[in-house]
Amino acid sequence: MSILVVAEHDNNELRADTLKTVAAAQAIGDEIHLLVAGSDCQSVAQEAAKVNGICKVLVADQAIYTHQLAENISLLVTELASDYEHILAAALTTGKNFMPRVAALLDVAQISDIIGVESADTFIRPIYAGNAIATVKSLDRKKVITVRPTGFDAVASDGAAEIVALDNNTNAGISSHVSDNLSVSERPELGSAGIIISGGRGMQNGENFALLNGIADKLGAAIGASRAAVDAGFAPNDMQVGQTGKIVAPDLYIAVGISGAIQHLAGMKDSKVIVAINKDAEAPIFQVADYGLVADLFDVLPDLEAKL
Amino acid sequence: MKILVPIKRVIDYNVKVRVKPDNSNVDLANVKMAINPFCEIAVEEAVRLKEAGIATEIITVSIGDKACQEQLRTALALGADRAILIDTEQQLDSLNIAKLLQKVVEEEQPQIIILGKQAIDNDNNQTGQMLAALTGFAQGTFASKVDIDGNKVNVTREVDDGLQTLALNLPAIITCDLRLNEPRYASLPSIMKAKRKPLEVKSSADYGLDLSPRTNLLSVSSPTERKAGIIVETVDELVDKLKNEAKVIS
Repeated sequence: MSILVVAEHDNNELRADTLKTVAAAQAIGDEIHLLVAGSDCQSVAQEAAKVNGICKVLVADQAIYTHQLAENISLLVTELASDYEHILAAALTTGKNFMPRVAALLDVAQISDIIGVESADTFIRPIYAGNAIATVKSLDRKKVITVRPTGFDAVASDGAAEIVALDNNTNAGISSHVSDNLSVSERPELGSAGIIISGGRGMQNGENFALLNGIADKLGAAIGASRAAVDAGFAPNDMQVGQTGKIVAPDLYIAVGISGAIQHLAGMKDSKVIVAINKDAEAPIFQVADYGLVADLFDVLPDLEAKL
Repeated sequence: MKILVPIKRVIDYNVKVRVKPDNSNVDLANVKMAINPFCEIAVEEAVRLKEAGIATEIITVSIGDKACQEQLRTALALGADRAILIDTEQQLDSLNIAKLLQKVVEEEQPQIIILGKQAIDNDNNQTGQMLAALTGFAQGTFASKVDIDGNKVNVTREVDDGLQTLALNLPAIITCDLRLNEPRYASLPSIMKAKRKPLEVKSSADYGLDLSPRTNLLSVSSPTERKAGIIVETVDELVDKLKNEAKVIS
């Protein structure tokens, strides 16, 4: 039986996390198909065809899939499900939204946020904000799985899979898209950035977040924020790193004015190198930092920017 | 308009869990338990809809052992009108929870069901979406804003790249993100009043569903702990270490 991976994309580009989801699929089996559901998404289909390890790209290019509404996408995936034993998607906002709906329509459990594959029916996933690691065996005939991208290394993109157009056009007719208010940034995405610099409550206000810009520019880094900073209105929600925000694992994570609540650590503690800058020497962030600097961030940041 | 708010009893978010020595699960003996923070936001949102004159009745429901009555009383103190406990000793998968909730939806016929987006114990983020699938209702997950507009509800969602607003036909399912609202504290008079509000106890067996497990928890282990590194004294030293020791910047 084959594996279906649902691609994460914005109708223009394939999100790099899809390559990590495919890596998880490869740990399960060989016959992997990639589903691209969207509208005017042929460029995504072309990119998808290059993903290593994919035998076939299925393209559902319909206006109804433009915004990947869970009600409509879940019907599409359910229609295709009979050919597959495993259905995978990245554990990002799109996959988290429609995949449990797919699982319930198929009357199977979902295994969320896996970071490892033990066998075709047994998976490893963090629970309790990553403070415990569970090994879970699925007892269902079909496995619906979301994959935490930081758990897997991206596959390469030099393949040439066959592209098959689908004519499915599933419309539940109970929801519609009103508007998007998306952040526009020249910086790398948090999920794929090699370096991230994040600010916390210690930044004191939203204007002070600008102090991170110069450093981010010099390092080619993405900018993140702790929940405390987002709740206080210093930064928008899409910058939140943590248990319920984005889970990241860059080569270098610089935490500035972040105390290090377990919920924040859950989102970044798999980073390769962690730097903490905080004036409170007792802050828990220092317990996970490779390099700690106990100092006032307002002194450190301009100095750091100058010396990079 | 009736609103249904399913809630979950979980470990208090301030408590750091420990794995049992036999690696069978985490150790919850004598650990402080609380209403899941996202569920508390769900209760608050329902109460605000009632205060705005949109909701007429708020029913809260929890599935678990008798101890969950404590969290149901909390929800009643925050402003829910009545509570249902579906009593079970079994650890149920989200799908089975959603199946039981579907039965409650059939009985109660709410127009809106508000849930937390995930529980902070298993971090599954499934139940709301599964309930939406089983009922055939539309879903607005990870909500940061909810506007009822006639027979529709506009839900603004926190997505990876920012915010997205959807219009959902009613009845609809909403799952709450952190910034939907800031829950109030229950006042002493409302805690006293909550003790007299109705709390019905049912058994999961009453619903005639096949609730056999769909997953098997084989083991639970502690994550590999990160060791604390070193404290550097100056920015120069930090930059030097990052360049020459860690080699993560050039």
